[in-house]
Amino acid sequence: MSTTEEAPPEASDDKKDDKKDDKKDRWSSGVIPYAEMGYWEPDYEPKVTDVLCAFRITPQPGVPPEEAGAAVAGESSTATWTVVWTDRLTAHEHFQAKCYKVDPVPNRDDQWIAYIAYDMDLFEEGSIANLTSSIIGNVFGFKALKALRLEDMRIPVAYTKTFQGPAHGIVVEREYLGKFGRPLLGATTKPKLGLSARNYGRVVYEACRGGLDFTKDDENINSQPFMRWRDRFLYSMEGVNKAQAETGEVKGHYLNVTAATMEEMYERAEFAKDLGSVIVMIDLTVGYTAIQSMAKWARANGVILHLHRAGHGTYTRQKDHGVSFRVIAKWMRLAGVDHIHAGTVVGKLEGDPMATAGFYDTCRKDFAEADLSKGLFFEQDWARMGGVMPVASGGIHAGQMHQLLHYLGTDVVLQFGGGTIGHPMGIAAGAEANRVALEAMIKARNEGRDYLKEGKDILKSAAKHSAALDAALGLWGEISFDYESTDMPDTVATPTN
Amino acid sequence: MKITQGMFSFLPELSDEEIGAQCQYALDNEWPLSIEYTDDPHPRNTYWEMHALPMFDLEDAAGVVKEINDARKAHPETYIRVIAYDAARHRQSVAMLFIVQRPTTEPGFRLERTETNDRHIQYKMHSYAADRPAGDRYQAK
Repeated sequence: MSTTEEAPPEASDDKKDDKKDDKKDRWSSGVIPYAEMGYWEPDYEPKVTDVLCAFRITPQPGVPPEEAGAAVAGESSTATWTVVWTDRLTAHEHFQAKCYKVDPVPNRDDQWIAYIAYDMDLFEEGSIANLTSSIIGNVFGFKALKALRLEDMRIPVAYTKTFQGPAHGIVVEREYLGKFGRPLLGATTKPKLGLSARNYGRVVYEACRGGLDFTKDDENINSQPFMRWRDRFLYSMEGVNKAQAETGEVKGHYLNVTAATMEEMYERAEFAKDLGSVIVMIDLTVGYTAIQSMAKWARANGVILHLHRAGHGTYTRQKDHGVSFRVIAKWMRLAGVDHIHAGTVVGKLEGDPMATAGFYDTCRKDFAEADLSKGLFFEQDWARMGGVMPVASGGIHAGQMHQLLHYLGTDVVLQFGGGTIGHPMGIAAGAEANRVALEAMIKARNEGRDYLKEGKDILKSAAKHSAALDAALGLWGEISFDYESTDMPDTVATPTN
Repeated sequence: MKITQGMFSFLPELSDEEIGAQCQYALDNEWPLSIEYTDDPHPRNTYWEMHALPMFDLEDAAGVVKEINDARKAHPETYIRVIAYDAARHRQSVAMLFIVQRPTTEPGFRLERTETNDRHIQYKMHSYAADRPAGDRYQAK
């Protein structure tokens, strides 16, 4: 977005005074400002049962921020562009969303954070589709705003309790897998397109027997001409079972059941379950309702549900417009997935450390405090809803293990695709390198060592016992992706009151 | 074969001092420790035998290491693991799990495949150790 507008927004105080003088009757026909229709209520005290939203608004020149905030509140709740007498047949004040605060964004003279409260009655119980059709349904194309971004939401406990939440959650997943005290390890099968089912299963087998807990279909592996889903499932499960018998550990392959219709997704998921798979996978592109349906299926059938956030970058990455990923993560926890890709900080994909920490808090914590340095505008009480296991995937390798553990913690799946399959000694050696590096780093952390600072030394001494890790460090040890993030919390904390 | 369950199966065997450091980390987090042993390490064999009740009131890692050595003497040629429990409201589960003894020879598992219709395969994983009666599984070497 351009930040060099010729005309700065009009001073809001003057505007308000003007309006008082020629205020129209709320019910006379025609167009009156949203702020005067009750959508701007600076004295409003949000109720504990209200859904709260923080929107980053960039009004068109000349539109005061209070009016822009009120317009967002109006267009995302009861309002239309003109006065309608049928409002008077309703308890309209109850149903109107209320913009109760606008705060300037630090270092930007054209942006504000608008805080809006919605009564819980506006939303159908347990429906992400309904929640999002209200909150982001119409308002993002609204002409009076140059740009609009949904930064964060506070879901009240009462509404949270109408959602199933994660089919299993972090604790149950760990008990089911028998894996505790360390991050889980995975790898996405590569190349993502073109392998025959038989060759594909080879990658699964080698990676799992070498030391990974999981392998994974990529988001765009569904059922193409080069490999139909049923063949992939059969060969992948042969690899998983063989690796389990060789290691005495539970292993899994995220079988991607994404398909064009729910009927086909259920068919594929049932087949995965019949083969004994502990986990299936869907893509964010299947839509919120399909995700909720699969979450119910996953809980009913005891199969962990992995979600790949395919497509999210189209609306989460740019700071001025769209929906922050922390909101998507919140919706997906409510919708009921067990895993979600949430960023790596150090890998090849977008991820500011503090913003990523906010995503991880949203996935994992039972009670997340408001923390503007992490982009968390509201506290969020999850009321014992299980946590979602965040998945870190994309351009990470064993040589970053100290940083990964430092930034992402213990309850996370670290996925090394290229960093496993590209190992010069083979896929199993790549898996072993990752596992040795992880266990050495966990051991050092628990021993009280400053593992972030001493990370390279810890890895180097672990590599004395593992030729596989030694080779991995030789090949990738110095690879890093240092680019500035586009989506990071504002540098100066926005005041909360 | 070497089963790779637990947090440290890919590292060289931990010394008593290293085990003590891990136990101290658990105790510093207020996670009580427990010692379990088995002669059947099938990954779905959830309940290994408890060497004793979890050490809820023990604050010193050296005491845990002594208990581990008692368990090693009492149950040679078995798998022994240390478990730390986190009783915090949102966890209430195992926080750490690592193996501190293995039998000299780990016989491992047999994978049985039953082919049914439509290329469907049912897999079954069988512990070789379980071919012998409990208590007699690692004696005949």
